[in-house]
Amino acid sequence: MMQLNEEERAIADGAQGEAARVALEQQIAVGDFFDAERFVPVSNVHIMGDYEVMGDAGYDHLRRLYDLGGRVRVPTTRNAQPVEWEFAKRLQQSDAFVEHERPVRAMLSKLGVSLVDTCINYQSIYTPRMNEHVAWGDTGTVAYANSVLGARTNYESGPAAIAAAITGRTPAYGFHLDAVRRAGARFRVEAPLADVADYGALGALAGERVRGYWNVPYFDLPQASPGSDDLKHLSASLASFGSLAMYHVGGVSPEAADFPAANRGRTIAADISVSRADIDDIFERTTPRDAACNLVVFTAPQLSLFELERIARLFRGRRLHADSTVIITTNSMIRAAAQGTGTLDALRETGALVLQGVCWYIMDPADMRKKFGWTRVCTNSAKLMNIIKAHGYEPILRRTADCVETAVSGRLA
Amino acid sequence: MSDSGQRIFACERALGEPCEAPALVSSYTFSPRYDLDRVNGIISRAGHPCEGESIGGKILVCPGVQGGIAGGWAFLMMRGRGIGFAGLVFGDVNPVMVQGAAAAGIPILAGIDRAIFAALRSGARIRVEPAQRRVVLL
Repeated sequence: MMQLNEEERAIADGAQGEAARVALEQQIAVGDFFDAERFVPVSNVHIMGDYEVMGDAGYDHLRRLYDLGGRVRVPTTRNAQPVEWEFAKRLQQSDAFVEHERPVRAMLSKLGVSLVDTCINYQSIYTPRMNEHVAWGDTGTVAYANSVLGARTNYESGPAAIAAAITGRTPAYGFHLDAVRRAGARFRVEAPLADVADYGALGALAGERVRGYWNVPYFDLPQASPGSDDLKHLSASLASFGSLAMYHVGGVSPEAADFPAANRGRTIAADISVSRADIDDIFERTTPRDAACNLVVFTAPQLSLFELERIARLFRGRRLHADSTVIITTNSMIRAAAQGTGTLDALRETGALVLQGVCWYIMDPADMRKKFGWTRVCTNSAKLMNIIKAHGYEPILRRTADCVETAVSGRLA
Repeated sequence: MSDSGQRIFACERALGEPCEAPALVSSYTFSPRYDLDRVNGIISRAGHPCEGESIGGKILVCPGVQGGIAGGWAFLMMRGRGIGFAGLVFGDVNPVMVQGAAAAGIPILAGIDRAIFAALRSGARIRVEPAQRRVVLL
């Protein structure tokens, strides 16, 4: 049974309101399930909450907490949403789909959630320090926080995240604990990784090989020097393919000066060499028989300013093919910055659609497929490659420059 | 085997109230987002061994889970529509499923004795007893 401190006992007794009591009760149930001994205070919460995933019952859950007096007590941000108000009609998002989103936004705002609508909060909003306990939703943000920043969080799904926001704490199990963060598999990557898509492909390969939330891979990358966007794609892909929440990169991530430092005596379940051919195989999986492709999407995760700038440069003043559509998603902060630097105009001149506050795969892409006749999607996101099959698309993973050439020619590069 | 001839399978972790219902047994790892038509409560993933089967009022028994955060809302959403699982029994589990089950008030058990997969078929009636950390095949 979890041990509660004086403040937590007061919350459990209702001294801080009924919403906090209900939220804490739910957290204790989860904590007891995982044998958590105590709570840890969290400094920041990031929540996934939109109508597509929560439905009426999820909205009612939020409204009940609000009606009971629930308000967030730590800074809380919202993940990407499914509706882009400026482009909803252009993308033929149904009126019902759009209208369902409005009350969810309003309720989250009333609860005190900042509607920043981003899945790259760590690049744009808040960067927790090493050993800082947070409660983040969106799997890619969790993997990035644990692995790259050395912060501590489990996957906190919507109901758990709002509970953490209201109580200001979360049960101390899983990746809040030192022992769980130790590397239990090793990947010796003997390949140069030059593009974010290469890191996504590595995440796909490793995620499939050591699938499971509690597994923590360690990567040796002697021929690579990953930046934030590279690790963003590695994080998102590992989480998508393997449900992984943490990894180490030797000499790069803060708890992995070397393998012994990351491993700390944990039994090694796998020791795998990864060659350039292994990485290329991930791309080859998605190579179709013919080259037709009229949809290119850069998303999952949302793009940073530097990713936008690189894509603009790769177009070299060319427009996309007359039959093609290019969709790029970022958040409002990055798009405003791109407006200031001229990058947004450069991208618009290519014919690309630069959306803000959304991630394309939660915008009902199955409905768009029917309305626009899309069957294939070329992308540099391995996460999108994994997800979009469920929406009836044939995904094609390509490196960023090849995605741009595909957009310009209308045929796979 | 109990004195009454019931087969009993132990688990390592459990949460929720006891319930009794038909089992829905899957050899696949479970993902609410990828496996389910969450509006109609049907296994919708192409090629899934339970494709086309209704989940309403059944206890899912499967070896593990996959997928991300979105699953946390799924049980609440489906319960609200009256089409959700009655209970969940897993081999391996991640926090999302547990958080989602806790929010929806659905019993969830994890670390189940793997012998259950050889002994149990979909449609068989089972009782989950979280306090005793066990599943009883009736």
